[in-house]
Amino acid sequence: MQRYIIIRGFHAILTLFAISLIIFALTRASGNPADVLLPEEATVEDFERLRAYWGLDRPLHVQYAVYLGNIFTGNLGESIKWPGKSAGELILQRLPATAKLTIVAFTVSVLLAVPLGILSAVKKDSLWDAGGKLFALLGQAVPNFWLAIMMIWIFAVDWNLFPTSGKGEGTLDGIHHLILPAIALGAFGLAAGMRLSRSAMLDVLDSEYVKLARIKGVPEWKIIWKHCLRNAALVPITYFGIQFAGLITGSVITETVFAYPGVGLLAIEAIRARDFQVVQSVVVVFAFIYVFVSLLVDILYAYLDPRIRLT
Amino acid sequence: MASIELSSPTYGTGRFIRTWETARRYPLVPLAILIFVLAIPGIFATQITDTWLQDPLEGRLTERLTPPVWQEGGTWQHPLGTDKVGYDIASRVIHGARVSLIVAGLSILSGGFVGTVLGLIAGYFGGWWDHIIMRLVDIKLSIQSVLLALVLVGVMGPGFHTVIIVIALVLWVRYARLVRGETLALKNQDFIAKARVAGASNFRIISRHLFPNVVNTLIVLATLEVGQVILLEAGLSFLGVGIPRPTPAWGLMVADGRNLIAAGNGWWISLFPGMAILLTVLSMNLLGDWLRDKLDPKLRNV
Repeated sequence: MQRYIIIRGFHAILTLFAISLIIFALTRASGNPADVLLPEEATVEDFERLRAYWGLDRPLHVQYAVYLGNIFTGNLGESIKWPGKSAGELILQRLPATAKLTIVAFTVSVLLAVPLGILSAVKKDSLWDAGGKLFALLGQAVPNFWLAIMMIWIFAVDWNLFPTSGKGEGTLDGIHHLILPAIALGAFGLAAGMRLSRSAMLDVLDSEYVKLARIKGVPEWKIIWKHCLRNAALVPITYFGIQFAGLITGSVITETVFAYPGVGLLAIEAIRARDFQVVQSVVVVFAFIYVFVSLLVDILYAYLDPRIRLT
Repeated sequence: MASIELSSPTYGTGRFIRTWETARRYPLVPLAILIFVLAIPGIFATQITDTWLQDPLEGRLTERLTPPVWQEGGTWQHPLGTDKVGYDIASRVIHGARVSLIVAGLSILSGGFVGTVLGLIAGYFGGWWDHIIMRLVDIKLSIQSVLLALVLVGVMGPGFHTVIIVIALVLWVRYARLVRGETLALKNQDFIAKARVAGASNFRIISRHLFPNVVNTLIVLATLEVGQVILLEAGLSFLGVGIPRPTPAWGLMVADGRNLIAAGNGWWISLFPGMAILLTVLSMNLLGDWLRDKLDPKLRNV
């Protein structure tokens, strides 16, 4: 187990270095930031001064070292669109909103997906199952931005039940503002998770040890809850690790539709204003979070399934 | 004359039911939807709109915000209504099918090609090749599609080519992983060893002996991915980092309706392009599932 964690941790660090290198290379390839920042009538001396200020006159490997040092000390550079604010400050300010939205969507989708998937599998070919399968199919095909807009149309505008955008003030209003975005963000994960839990449960129900338990006369509820659930849960757990990536992508879209002030909306606002310093900082922060979360999921998985850590 | 019935049990009245039973084994409904929503509009978009509808890039400001034909104030001139600059929704939905088809086709071909080659190399040669390629996979996975699109739009500017590169970069990873796995399982089999004894070069073994054995898998994966690609392209366009305006892309059209809907007007602007995405992706997923069960059932959990 220890060896497995060390190897995976090493891989994670390697990945982080590579990501920082790629982002660094891409930002340098996108041209001289001085061109964007300086007005047209700027002189050659102005350019030189700015290059020196940003450290662009030094050799590339030195620039990269400085960049890397800045990332690890949390200094992500200054924003162009929001003068006087650093990219790190902006992200930190927006991160709680995104975290709240993502965690709510994720938790609700997991809490619903696993029981519904299991119900679908246990009552295979019943009306429950048909409904579950239909929901899973639709949920995986519906574009979440469209679902979000249709929900705004029906629930927010027509029925006037929810606000159309924003974050709200205070706890209760905040929850009120969170419901529609959370549904839009969680729908895909719920559908995919349901489908996966169902097929995992069907596989387990078909296995030899379940048949043996039935022959021994173990009551059906005990078979389902004690014998099947733990083994069937393995598949969805790895999947939810992968789904985390989808949540990040989804949060950018959902936050844009609902004008919900999170990190995703920050990135979109920044790209519209051509503020690449903020854009690349968001990318780096999200990549780091993703690497960290997938490391945790892998370790959890190895802990639950001994076959992985022993190979 | 005594003849023995060998056909399957015929309950009810024969032919109609039997035809239905045969038809049920094929995904006819998804196929029909794909033909009418994606294939015909995609291929004949210009012909259809030239004959019946206004050009997708022509905005008639005097006819802006016309509702669909069955609503009060709708006309047959704009069967699905118009948007806030007088674009014809029906015409643009039809042309949007072509945009989706082209993006999906090009990105799956390029991403699939790169992923397959890297997967074959990683699986066949192993060692350092495998290490490097698998680390590349890890790196790619940790930068999500939308964020990748943001960075590339910053570097290359928005455009058709940017979208295709972004989606190809998202896709190659899945091909590489899957093909690598298949290659690992295949390369220790007898026929590969025999080819090597017969003096076949590495290139020949990979291209003539390994590749044909993964083609089925590739076809299934490509079909399963069309829906995902259309969703991704629509999402990127929706955010403004995909297909640039005024190209009629479904995602862009949904985005155009957002503010009007929040203001309580013009629901049809977003509804129809979204329905087109939903129907296409749903049918493509069903078709992919069917093809997988036929050709390559072990892909069940991919």
